[in-house]
Order: sequence, then C-alpha cells, then structure tokens
Amino acid sequence: MDRRDFFKASAGLSFAFAFPFSADAQPSGGTPINAWVRIAPDGSVTILSTGAEMGQGSMTSLPLILADEMDAEWSKVKVEFAPADPTNYGYTFQNAKAMAIVGSRAVMLYYNDLRNAGAQVRKVLVANAAEKWGVSPASLKTEPGFVVDPASNRRMSYGAIASFAKVPSPLPTVDKSELKDKKDFRYIGKPMPRRDTPLKVNGTAQYAMDVQLPGMVYATARHSPVHGGAPESWNDAKVKSMKGVLGTVKLPDGVAIVADTLPHALAARSALEVKWTKGAAEGFDSEQNLNQTYLKVHADPHAKTQTLEAKGDAKSAFSSAAKTYKAEYFSDYGYHAQMEPLNAVARFNSSLNHVEVWEGTQDPGSSREAIARAVGLNIDQVTLHQCYMGGGFGRRSLGDYSSEAARIAREVKRPVKLVWTREEDIAHGMFRPQSFQCLEAALDKDGKVSGWSHCVVGDGGVLLQTGIRIPYYEIPNQHIEARGVSHGIRLKHWRAVGHVFNVYAIESFVDEMAAAEGMDPIEFRMQKMSMTPRARALFEKVAQMSDWKAPRPEGRALGVSISERSRSLGAGVAEVSLDRTSGKITVHKAWLAVDGGLVVQPGMARANVESGILYGLSSVLHERVTMKAGVVEQTNFHDYHLLRMADLPETMEVAFLDRSDQPPSGLGEIGNPWVAGAVANAFFKLTGKRLYHMPFTPERVKGTLKA
Amino acid sequence: MTAFTLNGKPVTAKSEADTPLLWVIRDELKLTGTKYGCGIAQCGACTVHVNGKAVRSCVTPLQSVKGAQVVTIEGLSTTSSHPLQKAWIAEEVPQCGYCQSGQIMKAAELLKATPRPSREQIVTHMNGNICRCGTYHRIIAAIQRASKEA
Repeated sequence: MDRRDFFKASAGLSFAFAFPFSADAQPSGGTPINAWVRIAPDGSVTILSTGAEMGQGSMTSLPLILADEMDAEWSKVKVEFAPADPTNYGYTFQNAKAMAIVGSRAVMLYYNDLRNAGAQVRKVLVANAAEKWGVSPASLKTEPGFVVDPASNRRMSYGAIASFAKVPSPLPTVDKSELKDKKDFRYIGKPMPRRDTPLKVNGTAQYAMDVQLPGMVYATARHSPVHGGAPESWNDAKVKSMKGVLGTVKLPDGVAIVADTLPHALAARSALEVKWTKGAAEGFDSEQNLNQTYLKVHADPHAKTQTLEAKGDAKSAFSSAAKTYKAEYFSDYGYHAQMEPLNAVARFNSSLNHVEVWEGTQDPGSSREAIARAVGLNIDQVTLHQCYMGGGFGRRSLGDYSSEAARIAREVKRPVKLVWTREEDIAHGMFRPQSFQCLEAALDKDGKVSGWSHCVVGDGGVLLQTGIRIPYYEIPNQHIEARGVSHGIRLKHWRAVGHVFNVYAIESFVDEMAAAEGMDPIEFRMQKMSMTPRARALFEKVAQMSDWKAPRPEGRALGVSISERSRSLGAGVAEVSLDRTSGKITVHKAWLAVDGGLVVQPGMARANVESGILYGLSSVLHERVTMKAGVVEQTNFHDYHLLRMADLPETMEVAFLDRSDQPPSGLGEIGNPWVAGAVANAFFKLTGKRLYHMPFTPERVKGTLKA
Repeated sequence: MTAFTLNGKPVTAKSEADTPLLWVIRDELKLTGTKYGCGIAQCGACTVHVNGKAVRSCVTPLQSVKGAQVVTIEGLSTTSSHPLQKAWIAEEVPQCGYCQSGQIMKAAELLKATPRPSREQIVTHMNGNICRCGTYHRIIAAIQRASKEA
C-alpha cells in the first residue's frame, strides 16, 4: 500500500511507535504516518505485517505477537502487508535495519519489536480510558478488545476508545516490566490457524503471477545461457514480426519480449536467437571442476585461505594424536525450484517518474532499492506491492526480476507482467554452491576427539560457509577454513545453504569415526565429541522417539545426525532401506527433536520443520544441477527431479523441547540440513559403505555399492 | 472463437485454437486460481477438470475443450465448501499454497471415482503433483479426512 492510501484508509486511530517518522515518506499532503496498528471505531484492528509470506506462516505469526501484547481480539484483527520501508518496519540485525525475511529468522528477529509495539498500543489505550473515567491507569486491566476497570466493573471497547483517543507525541516508551508475563499469553505458544489458509484452498490468494491491471501486456525473457553474458544482437525483425509482439527490450543480461498475450510472448521467445557476449562462466564444466580444480585448490599450500575458526592449538592436537581420521566429501549445485516461476508486474505513471511494482519478495527494502537503481529513480518514486510468494527458499530477496519488469514497463509505457518460464528459472538460476570438503580429526589417548580440522572449497563466500562451525561440539582444538574458487556461476541462499553440505560432511565424518572406534554413533558423540548439554538433551530425546536401540525390520537401518541453524538446534534419526538393484534409497521414518526456544506458533513451527525434512530429503535423494560449456544442463522438472509423494516417509515425528524460557529461534531451516548425514549414516549401517557425494542418486548409490 | 462451459457458465474464448487452456483461463477469462508451474505437464499446478477428468491445462489446447465442461478451483464450490477444501483447512495443508489448487483438483478426481481410497491409491493418483513445500503427508491426511466426511 502507498502511504497516501494508508493515510486515507486510516479512518480510525493510528499509532506510530518508537520509530522516527520516515524521512523517505511519500508526500501525502499532510503529516506522514508510520504505524503497525490502526483501530477503527467498530473495534476492528488492522496490524501491518512484515512477514513476507512464502509459506512459512509469518503473515499470521508476526501480527499475532503484537496482538497478544496489545490484548487485541484476534478475530477482529485484519492483517495487511507493511510498506517496503525498512527504516520504520525493519528489524535491527548487525547494526542495520532490514526487512529481509531470510535464514528462517522472521519471528526470531521481530519478536521483541512486535511485543514492544503491542504493549505500547495497550498503554495508550489504557491511558485514554483512565482519563475518561478519571481513574489511575494502574488500576485498569485489559481483556481482548477491552479496557476494564475491575473496581467498578466498567468496560470500554478498543473501538470506542479509538473514536476519542489522544495519541501522545512522543509515544510512551514501554518498560520490560510492562510486557506480559509468559503465563498470560493468549496467542503466543497456542496453535492458531493461519490467516492465509482459506485463500489457498479456493484460488483467491494473490501471487504476483495473478495480478491483472487494465491495459496490461505480457513479457517473457531469455537470459544469457552462460552466466555473466550480455546480449550483443538478436533477430529483432523476425521476433517483432511475430503475432502479437509489441517489442523487445534489451536487459543487462538478457532480452525481453513484450506481447499482447503471454502465449504470444512465449512463442516469440522460442524463435528468439541471440548473440551473447562471453560470460564469466564461459566454458565452465561443473563436474570436471569439482573433481579436479577443487582438489588442486585443497592440495595447494599457497591457496588463499579464509580461517573461520581457530580454537586452541589444532596443530599440536594432531601432532600429539593417538589416532587420526580423515575423509573427503563432495556435493553438487542445488536449485530452489519454488513452485511459482519468477515474475513481477510493473506500471509507470504517464510522466515516467513513478513506478508501482507487484512482486513477491523476501526483502521488500532491497527490492525497492534495486528497482529504483534499475530505472534511475529515487526510492520514493517506487511503490512496492508485496504479494504472496509461491515459495522463496532464499531465491527471492534481490529484486532482480522485479527490476526487469520495471525496465520493460518504462520502455513500452504500458503496465507489464513479466513471467520467466520454468526453463528460464533454472537456466538463469542462482544456485546453492557445489563443494569439496576435507575433514580431519585427532583422537587423544582416551579416544576423545581433541583436534578438528575442516576445509571447504567452493564458490560463494559466506554461502559456502554457513553451518561449518560446530558450536554443539566443544572440541578444544579446531581449525576451520574456506578456500574460494570462482566460476561466474550465479549463487544464492538456499534453505540453510552451506549447512546442507557442511552438516552432511561433519555428521557423516563423526559417524565414520564412531564406527571405526566400534561405538554406537550416539554414544560416541556423548563420550568423545565434547557435546554441549543442549545437544545431549536432543540426542536423548530423539533416541527415545526413534527407539534407537530397538531392532529394525529386515533391510532397514537407522542413521543419526545433528545440525544448528539460526540459533535452533535439532537432532534427527532416519530409518532407511535400499533397493540394491535400482540403487534407490527409501526413507521410511524420520524423527527430529528440536530446541527452538519459545515456539510462538507450534502448529506452523511443526509444519515448517516437516517441510524442511522433505526439502532436505529431496535434495539428498534427487537434486542436482550441472553445467557443461558454461550452460546449465537441466531444463525443467523432468530432468531436475524433486521429491514426489511416492518418496514420502511413512511417518515423520517432530518434537520441540520445552525451552519457552528462551527467546524464539529460527525454525524454517532446522528441518533440512541434518537429513543428508542421517541418510548416509543409515546407508553405511545397511551396506558397510560410505556415501561421499551428495545427492545420493541411484547411479551414485550403485557406483558406491560396486566400489 | 471457442465455446465451452467454465464452472457451469457458457463462455467463448477468443484466443487462438492452439493456445494452452491455462492461459485462456488465467489471462483471458481472469480466473487465476489455476497456476503455471512448469508448462510441460510435469508438476500439476495447472490441473483443471475437463468433462470430469483432471487434465494439465498447460498442455491442453483450447480447441480440445470445445463444447466441454471445464471446472477450475473457483468452480469446485463457490463457497469453499467442497469436502476437500474443508479438509485442506482442517489439516492445515497449504504452506506457500501455489500448488494447492492443482492438488485439490487432482484429489477431487480421485474421490469421485474412489470415495474411500487407500493410502497407496492416494499416492499413486497424486504422485504427478509436485509440492515443493513438502505438504504431501497433510495432503494424504486431508484426502482421507474428506473421504470419511463426504
């Protein structure tokens, strides 16, 4: 929503919080107002939500935190997307304001701000009621939607108060002691239905893909098949002669075709022939690079190395070790495969100095900035309309495709919907990087792991490094490093990204040591890995859930693993079988014990973790992007395989430890990183062989069995 | 011009005869509950009913539905009261939700022919519909619930 609309819509009382008025506010003809909450005289409460909704439930869980603290009646709460304005609606992370919903941290990072905002509303309402009644605010209480005077049994609805309330400026601050005690929470910690569910069973949920504007035309694009290339020339006359084609637009790394209908644009796209400049990824062969270059970089004593952890004295631990272990792991590129192919809608005003963009974005602030940059406008000349996302998984936080839509709309001077084909979405994807990893461990005379060394080689900087630290194992001497290579392949966050392959390697390696030491894998971790009490509790819980020691049906075995993500910790067990002829691995059962601090929405949290398990399983069993001659080889879902219903485990059990005394931590990505290790470890139990390359496709499994 | 029945109402589409039904429904007839996912009949997000049969509208040419009864998610019930829609809400199936119109339409085909499907029958029938959020187990539970409550 535009600020002007916002102002007009604010018939009732508006609250601004401890945030300053926005300096970037659009001129509204009056005082710009920023707010999370509006209360109408009829008692309806509108709460703005920054929860970019890609399926995780943030559009419910975030406003619900605020509603709890202000004692709103949830059935009277309407939820709207907040404007793309990090200054006023951002959380503070690493000393900056941001609205990016990434790393499964929406609840974790907004929790305190939203509680404060809710408590502040409540405080203003109580003060107004107290003044009206001529009593002390301290003598009043609130119930959902009402201020109550226990002494006289009087009640005043929030709507009634809103009709006369004076909002002080500055707004009152909220002391910690004024926040609710946990036992008084009405919504936090209680399973509440998601607000978007009804819209998602009857087709009315609005994704950017569904936006229709009067006079709208359609665009699609072809990008340089080699990442980093740019269009030099193309068969423009031919394309423009095709039915319905209105024009072509040169993009920095591609060509867009605009037509009266999308099918016409798609047909023209098929006929489009482009001469590209050489891209950074020219000639890149992903398999060859992984198998040769990465190993060379690892072996090179002069390779540029980034030390990520240097604890104790790892060198001495290895030189004085009673025994050492070493193993190497590989993993391939991964594609997000969000169900909604990337798309956005853009509309310029007639003087071309303001653009509205409809996009489903994980980071409205960054999208708005990127759009402004792309079309040479100031940020206040860009209005971003947030939409539901048909999946995000880390791909949708840059505003790249929405910037393209804005560029095209400016050129054709018509509202335009840009839709990438699925083929484009893969070919011009931004991937989870591939990796090579070498792990080494030193055991002291008691068989305890005293030294730990982990080197990851790959592209992508921090994308390569997440999840490589092991805060749950307090091994005294650690050296963890990353060695960068560069291929010009576009890379991006991908549901816990580096965790996926780093945790796979770490937990496979620990299992390998346990087996070599003749110990049960959980016992080995408990006794030899200097495990934290928090991790111990999780292994105890998941051992109990899975009945770890009990015999399994013939042909099945258990594997165990642990991972940390966004301050959450989770230990999981998978029950696995193998078809030795086809090489197909089946996961029959999965158990995951999670320590996620206070769980704000238990139902949604469980759904997120279950989703993570299946996303993880999909990546472990199937998903693989490869490049030959610089070009992505996979083109659609027939050759980029995703988990389907037939792969679904018979049961998935998720348990949250009661840690409600702790702040909430991220739960959207605790479900997937543990899966690879657990599956590989169960595979070892079944076969005595180790899987060193993820994903564990049938061909690879067969190769491993033969080796 | 191609005439057919959409959600019980006669419509005439102007799009060329070979236009995929998906785009006719979404862009010409403005019913956007049916989704584009892959364009090559690999994901099922575009599933609609043609004469009671679930088809992939992304590879169904407009001309092939001439005179046919086409039903989309919007026409499954006008009030979200189809047993599957109620079950989908009760089991809190959707996450991102993008695939769910197609899932529900595919499931509706199953229940019509097999009112009490086994888990195995559900999996076989639904295996062509991808859900990237991984709501498969809840889809199964919702179908089972609907089959009991219908």
